[in-house]
Amino acid sequence: MNKSVYASPDQVSETRRHILTVLVDNEPGVLARVIGMFSGRGYNIDSLNVAEVSNDENLSRITIVTHGTSEVVNQIEKQLLRIVPVHSVTNLDQEGDSVEAEVALVYIYISESNKKKVYQVCDFYRARKIENENNTTIFEIAGASDRVNRFIKEINEITKIEIVRSGPVAISSILKNEEE
Amino acid sequence: MTGAEIVLKSLAEQGVEVVFGYPGGAVLPIYDTLFKQNSIKHVLVRQEGGAIHAAEGYARSTGKTGVVLVTSGPGATNVVTGLTDAMMDSVPVLCITGQVPQHLIGSDAFQECDTTGITRPCTKHNYLVKDVNKLSSVFHEAFTIAQNGRPGPVLIDIPKDVQFAKGSYVEKNKIVIPSHRLFEPSSDFEIKKIDEAVKIISNAKKPIFYIGGGCINSGPKASELVRKFINLVGAPTTMTLMGLGVVASSDKKSLGMLGMHGMYEANMAMHECDVMINIGARFDDRVTGRLDAFSPNSKKIHVDIDASNINKTIKVDVPIIGDVKDVVEKMISIWEKNKFKIDKDSLNNWWDKINEWKKVDCLNYNNDNKQIKPQFAVQRLYELTKNQKTFITTEVGQHQMWAAQFYKFQEPNRWLTSGGLGTMGYGFPAAIGAQVGNPDALVIDIAGDASILMNIQEMSTAIQYRLPVKIFILNNEYMGMVRQWQELLHGGRYSESYTDSLPDFVKLAESYKAVGLRAKTTGELDDVIKQMIETKETVIADIWVTKEENCFPMIQSGSAHNEMLLSKDQKQDKKSAEKGKILV
Repeated sequence: MNKSVYASPDQVSETRRHILTVLVDNEPGVLARVIGMFSGRGYNIDSLNVAEVSNDENLSRITIVTHGTSEVVNQIEKQLLRIVPVHSVTNLDQEGDSVEAEVALVYIYISESNKKKVYQVCDFYRARKIENENNTTIFEIAGASDRVNRFIKEINEITKIEIVRSGPVAISSILKNEEE
Repeated sequence: MTGAEIVLKSLAEQGVEVVFGYPGGAVLPIYDTLFKQNSIKHVLVRQEGGAIHAAEGYARSTGKTGVVLVTSGPGATNVVTGLTDAMMDSVPVLCITGQVPQHLIGSDAFQECDTTGITRPCTKHNYLVKDVNKLSSVFHEAFTIAQNGRPGPVLIDIPKDVQFAKGSYVEKNKIVIPSHRLFEPSSDFEIKKIDEAVKIISNAKKPIFYIGGGCINSGPKASELVRKFINLVGAPTTMTLMGLGVVASSDKKSLGMLGMHGMYEANMAMHECDVMINIGARFDDRVTGRLDAFSPNSKKIHVDIDASNINKTIKVDVPIIGDVKDVVEKMISIWEKNKFKIDKDSLNNWWDKINEWKKVDCLNYNNDNKQIKPQFAVQRLYELTKNQKTFITTEVGQHQMWAAQFYKFQEPNRWLTSGGLGTMGYGFPAAIGAQVGNPDALVIDIAGDASILMNIQEMSTAIQYRLPVKIFILNNEYMGMVRQWQELLHGGRYSESYTDSLPDFVKLAESYKAVGLRAKTTGELDDVIKQMIETKETVIADIWVTKEENCFPMIQSGSAHNEMLLSKDQKQDKKSAEKGKILV
């Protein structure tokens, strides 16, 4: 178990990464309610993504990557559901069948000596070069976080880089009627 | 219609009779509208913190929603403690705060603060209303949210320009609240769980009911049904601090309160039971003691309206999410339909065991015929008030626990105390609220000398509205519970827990034109209590009690239910004490 002034009595399950998607009314303060619950109750946010998914119904989807034991994540889900503008919470990790993707933009410090190797790696990962006015080498890579991690690691072994990442968004791949 | 008029009309349509508040710049339009009408009464407090506790006391004693009206900035920040208190104890409160006009928001204007930001974690929900046309629907939704599911505080922040702006009013039956914003039980799934639970109870050999404040929040009918079910099953019953009164103390099934300062027999029975039926309680740490030794051999059934309470600290076998009234009603019908009965012999054996524990007489104390023992003072208060409609409120500390132990509650909604948050200063304003809601009842705040000073300014409020609230101070010149912990855990170094320079409470009462009484010896006690009850005005009764009395029995932090200390002479074992010291 978790969160008591007393230490946990049971063997707790192992800590794992979970992706939670939270469907919310797109109203002022809703993001603050969600992330405030995490910080207030001492849970972790590894990455966070929020965007409107339906204009007419005014809905947004928040994708949160967190890590914790299944007991902790279960409690997070229940606490999220207490928030008034929250419609539903889905733990994609538990559902199994889901796809996830994120985008990273990578500024690569390139020179004549490393150019060839860099382009080889980028080709291999199907990273796309983004043309820009300053003519610097910026690549975009999209895909599952693991794949982005591997790409970054390999490039980093060759040269210095700067990275921004969106953090993953994810969706269940099973056909279903989610609302109600 | 102006925004301010919409506010008053919304309150009136929601059946609000009284508002507790304090005016200020950002709510002047609402106060102006209040001045021009007669349907809603306003009680002017002397600090906003008093207003919200008064609203809590009003809500818990009447079952209605308490309403608070305060200004922006300091008005809003002063209600934060009370909002948190209402959140922890699930009290329906609606708090209206003024805000600086919209064009000044974000400019660090005079008396500006981020009210919705500050109160977000201590309310069920809050609103900043920017459009006057949405004001009435926000009010109707806010009232529903405050009362729906697990009740709690809701705050509405209204910029001053919105209060002046003209808009239209929407009646409450014309708005639809989307279902995801409210608690909706899923009965199909739960009915199987209820079936399973009732079957488990019917096969129990050593069952116990563990009753919490949720039974009271579910309404008077719920307590009735809970009592009926307990009688059908025939099982012993213990109540949490918040649940006191659901089952009458005089009921033979009642073992009284459980937990840190609960009854020995209640805690032992919780430890040894084979089936635990938790109805509307949340396995609070004051109740469970050390988790790894909590009721090790029992199957646990947990009825709670808030799914997040299930498996939060204690893993349960049969969780049932729903309103106590509905769930227990179904339990009764299943029990009666199947003509279930617990095996008589095992139940008798169980009661024999419990009666053995009762013989320990855990509340025993050495009475003194000279100095007043605090326990004796509460006992006499109970004996002399038990035949009339009495509400008891408390502050927080030793006096609160003695009140819980020695005042025998016979029905729900008569006992108002700050359980979850443990707010010193709660009791007196809560008593004011309870008296406003129950003008003919006897309302007594059992207080400590330290706690009462936290909201003593409300004496003015009590006098202004002719509220005959009684303040019964168990005066030991200490923050007694702090002193007790320092004695037990910190080598008797009473760091800052002596309340020096206390006022003369009798003169204090008189300075407010209230009545001040004092009892210094055991012999004077009854007369003072009688005089206090008979006086139809606000009274402070200053009861001088023995200074170093400790509150027993006690499960010290870090110990389990079966490791209760019954007196000063017993000591917690060293290992638990070391572990327990870091806990709260």
